[in-house]
Amino acid sequence: MTIANQVAAPPHVEEHAAPRAPFIAEHFEGAEHQFESGKLGMWIFLVTEILFFSGMFCAYAVYRSQHPEIFSYASQFLDSTMGGINTVVLICSSLTAAWSVRCAQLGQRKGLILTLALTILGAFGFLGIKYVEYSHKFHDGLLPGKYYHVQSEAVADVGLDASIPAATEGESHEAAPEPAHDSGHAPVEGPEPANVKIFFGIYFAMTGVHGLHVIIGIGVYVWLLVRAIKGHFRPDYYGPVDFTALYWHLVDLIWIFLFPLLYLIH
Amino acid sequence: MSHEEHAAGGAHVMSPKVLLGIWGALIFLTALTVWSAQHDLGRIDLVVAMGIATIKASLVALYFMHLRYDKGFHGVVIIGALVFVFLFVSMVLLDRNQYQADIDARTIELEAR
Repeated sequence: MTIANQVAAPPHVEEHAAPRAPFIAEHFEGAEHQFESGKLGMWIFLVTEILFFSGMFCAYAVYRSQHPEIFSYASQFLDSTMGGINTVVLICSSLTAAWSVRCAQLGQRKGLILTLALTILGAFGFLGIKYVEYSHKFHDGLLPGKYYHVQSEAVADVGLDASIPAATEGESHEAAPEPAHDSGHAPVEGPEPANVKIFFGIYFAMTGVHGLHVIIGIGVYVWLLVRAIKGHFRPDYYGPVDFTALYWHLVDLIWIFLFPLLYLIH
Repeated sequence: MSHEEHAAGGAHVMSPKVLLGIWGALIFLTALTVWSAQHDLGRIDLVVAMGIATIKASLVALYFMHLRYDKGFHGVVIIGALVFVFLFVSMVLLDRNQYQADIDARTIELEAR
């Protein structure tokens, strides 16, 4: 429809302009144009997210390549069972997010509400487990930088020799008794390497920023759930569900790399 | 997937079979990476762990994020980003020993106090 047509035949304008669907902004040609624009914008946002996280992955790579002993020692203090459960929780949440896109595309309102609610539930499950892990770390003094003050019980819990003082305390290295071997996994022998606090700096920075993304995701999903209950989404308008799911999958992707890099160091 | 469903505008709809299949594969690979971490694989353990994570990431991106059925341009955008991540991390790693001598000197200085 050119401007010339509009000017030449004003009565036809009404016929050509179909009633505009709700939530389609004026500056888009139509639902598809709006969806494609939003999707491209979301992918570009995800690129900035990947580049942003890559800064922390880069710090990780440099510290680990320079000080592998810190990572293999400190990783033993992380609970790989909890980390593994959290990975599964996040994958399940990713599944329900992907399913919510399907429901929205097919106009299944009840299914959409259910899958959105399950996605939020998964996110809360993840944060709950993360909270338990963080409180253990705080209790055991496994904290970044100057706040690092590992408790001897925590060292004993992972099968290390608690009688060896933390290197940061600078006490003498007296003849230590044999390390306990009764725990399931093989402990690193010998005293604690210097600068273990660096590992916990990286651990809290990476999982903390990731956790912040989970919290933001919950906020967006609650908004989607409210709109889904109001019946806003339809097969020709489901962009917000699709784009939020892309964000949620990226949060899952980052955890997929964080889990082996932090918890599963041999 | 004998009959592929399509939403308005021709967007691809993931079938429940594919969604559940990818979910199962992701759970299996998570179990595999936990299992492999319990065995001493020597120097290749990081390669194995990152290889499994990359396969999982690819499954999420291609199916959950619809990249396989999406416009090629979105794939170009994301692969472009990963190329820059690779350049960023590898360039920094090449340079990582640059200041080690300074760090060692400072460490000795601090210990002497």
